[in-house]
Amino acid sequence: MKLAIASGKGGAGKTMVATNLAWTAAQQGVKTAFLDCDVEEPNAALFLKPDIENVIPVHVPKPVINQDVCTHCGLCSDICRYNALAVLSDKVLLFNELCHSCGGCVHVCPEHAIHEEPRLVGHIDAGHAGALKVCTGVLKVGEAIAPPVVKAVKQQAGDETLTILDSPPGTACPAVETVRDADFVLFVAEATPFGRHDLALAIDLAQALKRPFAVMLNRADLDHGETRRWCEENGFRVLAEIDEDRRIAEKCSSGELVVDALPDYREVFTKLLEDVVAAAEITTNERVQG
Amino acid sequence: MKPTELVVISGKGGTGKTSLVAAFATLAAECVLADCDVDASNLHLIHHSELVLREPFSGRVRASIDPDRCTDCGICEAMCRFDAILPTGGNGSSMAFHPTVNPHLCEGCGVCAWFCPEKAIDLYDGEDGHVLLSKTRCGPMVHARLGVAGENSGKLVGLVREQARELATMRELDTILIDGSPGIGCPVIASLTGADMALIVTEPSVSGMHDLKRIAELADGFGIPTLVAVNRWDVNPQLADEIETLAKEQGLEFAGRIRYDNAFSRAQLEGKSVLDIESNGLADDIRQVWSVIHARLDGMNQPEAL
Ligand code: SF4
Ligand code: SF4
Ligand code: SF4
Ligand code: SF4
Repeated sequence: MKLAIASGKGGAGKTMVATNLAWTAAQQGVKTAFLDCDVEEPNAALFLKPDIENVIPVHVPKPVINQDVCTHCGLCSDICRYNALAVLSDKVLLFNELCHSCGGCVHVCPEHAIHEEPRLVGHIDAGHAGALKVCTGVLKVGEAIAPPVVKAVKQQAGDETLTILDSPPGTACPAVETVRDADFVLFVAEATPFGRHDLALAIDLAQALKRPFAVMLNRADLDHGETRRWCEENGFRVLAEIDEDRRIAEKCSSGELVVDALPDYREVFTKLLEDVVAAAEITTNERVQG
Repeated sequence: MKPTELVVISGKGGTGKTSLVAAFATLAAECVLADCDVDASNLHLIHHSELVLREPFSGRVRASIDPDRCTDCGICEAMCRFDAILPTGGNGSSMAFHPTVNPHLCEGCGVCAWFCPEKAIDLYDGEDGHVLLSKTRCGPMVHARLGVAGENSGKLVGLVREQARELATMRELDTILIDGSPGIGCPVIASLTGADMALIVTEPSVSGMHDLKRIAELADGFGIPTLVAVNRWDVNPQLADEIETLAKEQGLEFAGRIRYDNAFSRAQLEGKSVLDIESNGLADDIRQVWSVIHARLDGMNQPEAL
């Protein structure tokens, strides 16, 4: 089962929830993989502290132009909708950072003057923390386009019973790439007006991609139950709540897992894991039957 | 004169960047606010803004297949590198049925339309969000709302910046305060492009440290003066010290520390500025950091002495 942990905005506690859930599952003997898809700011490994066994480079195809064969016909720059190619009178220029690797220019060139070579855009740190498999996607600094790295991290999923995806925050393309084929999405939101606003946007995305989801409220006591009531009124299921607790901020700041450092939270995460797996199984069965 | 643009970024989200920008706006004399966190824009929630103008934005085209012209040859599906085309019957229906495009996955590259032998594919402008102009008590604000799975947030950020610049010039305001995007990808690159100064708001945690290094490296590539402020410093005083040292080692200027106080959240709930809320010295911390930034901005606004 693929479970994505997501949030409308960073800082809601998404990585805290994702790492503690994965750790709880692994300690119960469930074969679990943790995939950090927040490739712009991958932080989960700071908490899970895996031994890295493999560094896997991530490449995208980059067009390379054979200037000797090119007749400067201009077709490649015509098909390119990202202005990544400029055909001059004596050569063709490629602007790497604008290229989306769509392959259009390669196919369109009548002289077969364009072929593709791999270009490095990031890497994956693959390893284990105890029995838990941990793979972290890292986007190279200065690279603008994150989805290819997210895609590569997702391919690291193996035959695990449970795969936890730490999704990038927000609703733009990197989040879409993470959430699009998850079996279930758990949104982590803060009980504040900001939190509610961003949660509403994130839920729109889950609904557009037809993903079943539930909500977990962090710092749930801040607004005296207003966000919880809002969820109930809209029919969004709230699976768990954690109240504001400065101890959590302190433990997280030094890279500790809450379930290890604060044993009183073990029960919360054990129950959340049970509930989210049960909710995901029900919706999966409904979809298979419906 | 060209207005001075200060962009506030954080790498990781949730460091309190937006709340700080709002407080700075209250402290600044008149300025233009630009909310470039287009993915999850919140600045308007603090400033009780009043919407004045709303313009649709299209970040990319999308493909759409005309079932009347399509002959099911399968070329489009084979050529789409983004898995955006579902093959015939691909939506689970067993009935004969043409390929379809998933608009959320389509990157608008147009390759399918170019190569379709029947010319059965049209490209249309997608609705990716809106650029918004609002009035706030601290001056005009340009912000945006990105639609669901909308693209291209980098381009939308560029538009917000451009409109903020026009406004500033028109109203002769010399400072633009930009709430930047999180992360290090295309929207934050677009937030930094053309800015005069960057402020990184970080927090004393292992993740904050990690992200600070990555975002500082990015900002460094733009060659603009970059300041660092540590929010919630007292959650981990030792790491706060390390961040200050790290910042200075990397040639960044240190703008100061702000203590942990849930006054930010209380202010949000009460709909007030954090500066008007009772807190344990938080407001003084913010004023202190702003005075450092303000002095630097003033230096930039003055023409260089010859
Ligand atoms: S399409 Fe091929 S031949 Fe024409 S300009 Fe491009 S590279 Fe040169
Ligand atoms: S691969 Fe696509 S995006 Fe890249 S240069 Fe060629 S046509 Fe443009
Ligand atoms: S390439 Fe054109 S004709 Fe062929 S399946 Fe696609 S839309 Fe239909
Ligand atoms: S425009 Fe490009 S991304 Fe969209 S469906 Fe066609 S080939 Fe795929």
